[in-house]
Amino acid sequence: MESALERQNYKQLLSRFQSLIALVILCVIISLLSDKFLTATNAWNVMRQISVNVCISVGMTLVIIAGGIDLSVGSVLALCGAVAAGLLKNGIELPFSNLYVGFTVLGTIVAALLVGSLLGAFNGFVITRFKVPSFVATLAMLTIARGLTMLWTGGFPVSSLGDTFAWIGTGWFIGIPVPVWISGIIVAIAIVITQRTKLGRYIYAIGGNESAATLSGIDVKKVKIIVYTVAGGLAAAGGLLVTSRLDAAQPNAGTGYELDSIAAVVIGGTSLTGGKGSIGGTVLGAIIIGVLNNGLVLLNVSPFWQQVLKGAVILAAVIIDKAKAKN
Amino acid sequence: MLVAENITKQFPGVTALKDVCLELHPGKVNALIGENGAGKSTLMKILSGVYNEYEGRILFNNKEVSFRSTKEAQDAGIAIIHQELNLVQDLTITENIFLGREITNSFGLLDRQQMKQQATVLLKRLHLNISATEKISSLKVGQQQVVEIAKSLLLDAKVIIMDEPTSAISESEVAVLFDIIRELKSEGKIIVYISHKLDELFKIADHYTVLRDGCVIESGDMNDITADGLVQKMVGREIRSVRKREQVLDRKLMLSTEKIKLYKGEILGVFGLMGAGRTEMLEEIFGLKENVIQIDGKEVNIRSPLDAIRAGIALVPEDRKKDGLFIEADVRENICITTLDAFIDGNRQTTLTDNYINSLRIKTSSHRQTVGTLSGGNQQKIVLAKWLATNPKILMLDEPTRGIDVHTKSEIYELISQLAKDGMGIIVVSSELAEILAISDRIVVMAEGNITAEFDAGQATESMILKEAIPKN
Repeated sequence: MESALERQNYKQLLSRFQSLIALVILCVIISLLSDKFLTATNAWNVMRQISVNVCISVGMTLVIIAGGIDLSVGSVLALCGAVAAGLLKNGIELPFSNLYVGFTVLGTIVAALLVGSLLGAFNGFVITRFKVPSFVATLAMLTIARGLTMLWTGGFPVSSLGDTFAWIGTGWFIGIPVPVWISGIIVAIAIVITQRTKLGRYIYAIGGNESAATLSGIDVKKVKIIVYTVAGGLAAAGGLLVTSRLDAAQPNAGTGYELDSIAAVVIGGTSLTGGKGSIGGTVLGAIIIGVLNNGLVLLNVSPFWQQVLKGAVILAAVIIDKAKAKN
Repeated sequence: MLVAENITKQFPGVTALKDVCLELHPGKVNALIGENGAGKSTLMKILSGVYNEYEGRILFNNKEVSFRSTKEAQDAGIAIIHQELNLVQDLTITENIFLGREITNSFGLLDRQQMKQQATVLLKRLHLNISATEKISSLKVGQQQVVEIAKSLLLDAKVIIMDEPTSAISESEVAVLFDIIRELKSEGKIIVYISHKLDELFKIADHYTVLRDGCVIESGDMNDITADGLVQKMVGREIRSVRKREQVLDRKLMLSTEKIKLYKGEILGVFGLMGAGRTEMLEEIFGLKENVIQIDGKEVNIRSPLDAIRAGIALVPEDRKKDGLFIEADVRENICITTLDAFIDGNRQTTLTDNYINSLRIKTSSHRQTVGTLSGGNQQKIVLAKWLATNPKILMLDEPTRGIDVHTKSEIYELISQLAKDGMGIIVVSSELAEILAISDRIVVMAEGNITAEFDAGQATESMILKEAIPKN
């Protein structure tokens, strides 16, 4: 009897840290096969690469916990990156006048975050006001934001943005890459919000049972709009990181990022039906995807096989989760 | 004849059934009674093939059977009609009846004509005067239940298990259901009838079996036992009768709407048949539709539940799983959801949860137990706790004891009457006449969205109330 109990505890522990264990095993295997993997340079490199996905995925986690989905993050990322690059490089001409307004780096950052948040808020507005399913509303926004990016850039990259701006994506601060600082701070704030605030509880409640949430006096529409606004703002943050790192805003940047982000959320154990999940899990999910990508590159695996393997990992994660829920 | 011999069923950490023996006779209605958690559902799930790991034997017409799936049980002639009906709302009656057993023609395509004909025959046999091509979503709950019965008839079921069939239907629909049950009985079917409503059992059942804590306490003929006797056997202890009403002297008007008035310290019972507009009235007061009401003589504009809560109103909804609970969240999260601070104060939550677990006697292993795993009665107590935490002046309860065992029921009645004594104004909506009569100080009757009568509880009788509840045209 006692040993059965112990076994149960052991099992619980195992399933709780399942993604962490998977990550460790992954790291061990890659480091055995490649001596380039376990180096400080490579570790920071991986962290820097995943910080974009972490930014987006934090927003995605909130949206999915609240019972929705946001397919527009990749396009919003591209638009916000392009807006930042365009404003920084060319400023903007005020309509009906001959005035040009130039932007400082800080100004462009604020403007990009504002644009992302507004597009997110628009998503939330459409979803709550017209009861459009989030899948459809954000699918529309995916196309709209991509189109706006093309219009803004004329389809050409905007590059050479200056050293100050480049520091965001490539710089170091107290021995740690700046993008890692940024994504780390975002993750910390998101963990506090989900675990320790009323807003966080409300997000879980709405995803768990929207009708009961309404009847409990929760302003469901307001909370949803906040969640989509945050998701848009975080996509913009991702856009700034990408643009800064490449020193260029590519009009087709961020294509398919929504899928990587959903993958991170799912591998992290968040349920697509809403009401359950965690930021910490998502971060682990993003790291697993990042390490996998990095490892496969180091091992000279063809990029085509990388995609196949990534898909297999997503499937395995969900199947294990389902099996866990059954027990 | 269906016989269960020495059935024992273990769940991790719990013995749900211990050595249960049951004999079900053809042409009889066999009532299965017991508090929530007594093991009724587990036993029925074994008989209908949902659970296939257990100790003991099941004999059907003297042959030992063991079902590996519900499909096998159905093929053998055992059908179960669950409390929450298993119908696809967007399909038609015919499509639902034939779901999984569609008739196809020689091309492998659906033979709609044939299915519709058979469905029509079944509906006629059950006296349901509705086209077989209607969608389920346009039917009333009582009619949907008849469709479920039609489904079991299509299978040529010899055993029909009904789990709380009357919990969601009005008294007139119950009468129709009972007529159908009597006909099925005369055709020699074995009916198993699970219900908490004892008065119904005396109208329809022939045999009874009382379960308590996974054991059969007693079986016998309904004619040989009284309602009090049954209750005794179910709870195994004396239960206190409901409150002795006190004269309400201080009639201070608390709430006034277009339809009703509520005084301080009063329990107002609202009775009406299904579709009388009772739930809608409560939802309107609670701000699901914008409306203006008077509270303590002042006009208040209520545009959302949040406004209603701020005005001191609480609503315990009719369907606790759908509208009351976060079923996958834990006890503490559910109780605290209405009174969160901007930053969560863990200590305050612990105290709050402890308080309600103790004062309402909520049976849970810890604060962290998922509410979906609790019994119906404990779930209802959690919904109550979440609302009492907001310290309401006015508490509205919609069917507060639906699907709840006798013991918890009396606990809830006691709680309601204590709250009223402490000065809360309470509205109880119920479709159980006995409940309304037992706990109300004043009773209003609704029909077709309007109040049709008002009684002081002392003067009302069942027939007076029912007469006013039946729509006039």
